[in-house]
Amino acid sequence: MSTLLTVKQLVSQRAGRTLFADLSFDLQRGDVLHIEGVNGAGKSTLLRALVGLVQLQAGDIRYFPESALPTDANDWRQQVLFLGHKPGVKAELTALENVSLQAQLSGVESIEPWQLLATVGLLGLEDLPAGQLSAGQQRRIALTRLWYSQAPLWILDEPFTALDTDGIELLQQRFAEHTAAGGAIILTSHQPLTWQPTRLQRLRITGGDE
Amino acid sequence: MNSASNWQAFRAVMRRDLMVVMRRRSDILNPLLFILMVVSLFPLAVGPGPDILGRIAAGVIWVAALLSALLGSERLFRDDFLDGSLEQLTLLPQPLALLAAAKVVVHWLLSGLPLVILAPLCALLLKLPLQAWPTLVATLVVGTPILSAVTAIGAALTVSLGRGGALLSLLLLPLFIPLLIFASGAVEASLVGTAAWPQVLLLGGLSLLTLLLAPFAVAAAIRVSVN
Repeated sequence: MSTLLTVKQLVSQRAGRTLFADLSFDLQRGDVLHIEGVNGAGKSTLLRALVGLVQLQAGDIRYFPESALPTDANDWRQQVLFLGHKPGVKAELTALENVSLQAQLSGVESIEPWQLLATVGLLGLEDLPAGQLSAGQQRRIALTRLWYSQAPLWILDEPFTALDTDGIELLQQRFAEHTAAGGAIILTSHQPLTWQPTRLQRLRITGGDE
Repeated sequence: MNSASNWQAFRAVMRRDLMVVMRRRSDILNPLLFILMVVSLFPLAVGPGPDILGRIAAGVIWVAALLSALLGSERLFRDDFLDGSLEQLTLLPQPLALLAAAKVVVHWLLSGLPLVILAPLCALLLKLPLQAWPTLVATLVVGTPILSAVTAIGAALTVSLGRGGALLSLLLLPLFIPLLIFASGAVEASLVGTAAWPQVLLLGGLSLLTLLLAPFAVAAAIRVSVN
């Protein structure tokens, strides 16, 4: 079972404009798919469609096409980690509480929140409400999920937004570990990756402006 | 998906919501203060004559409860929507209706339950005759869950609209009318000395039905809203 995701002939139209049509790709274990495109091209729409947050006009999205088991919704949702534009961090709760509650919601029992906070460089800020932290620090809280997630497929919308260079470096190291362990990543980013994945696919969405 | 992980997610959603609201206590206190203000202003405006005040007491308390439910209703899912937690909830493997039910339960614990506890004080302030107190409390116990559940449906439907407040009130108020009629009818019945339990039981049935179906409606509305 090495193919994680098969996408065939996706079509998306929004407000009378075709964002993308006839979009197809396969994703194998160890792959990194870098989706590029100008602002408003439909990158986020594509990612949200992949996890079922947006319904597309046409197309077929299939997780684990080679597995014999019927892939019902619950099955693949456990295998996919999606991080969108918004970090999903509660402004009222402290960094520590946010990290532990995120883990509980993900169904992970045995995490060490202190360890995770140290990893993402938030030690010393754990008792401040997340609302008082900077955008980059809030994103770091959200990104702690990547360090304990069991999901083989990560779908990340602009993961580097608001992160400093150290943060981006750290995140790319984690990506490298993930792909080395047989995971796959789909991400959008306007920045070029400084890390060279062994199996990098690029997909350019033109937003119908051709 | 096994029931243990469902239960765990249910508790995690409840715990998070409770923690968030505990950091923002004014959100709970505002609706309760509103009810107390209405209830304490009525005797001043209507006059302290026990016969009038006692007769309208249940109506006043219930109207205040309905309006206070509308007060904070648009905030129920607003913050979750804005910070992205709502979208993460829809992506969990657990059924969204279950997680929506957790949010409804928290909402009731922090808005309905305090109202039930305050009811005797309100009844005292409005000089509701003692024989009607148990009925008033009973209607609040079975009626306030309907308030929370229906409010949640409306809030989930309008969460993606920037300023959904007025629309939400228009949407919800008609749905609360039957609740108002049966609840004040029950208290009225016990005031005139007839049996109040038919109305209370009817409210109870309505409450069970709403609690059973509302989480599915809330889940569907959330899915539409995060789109």
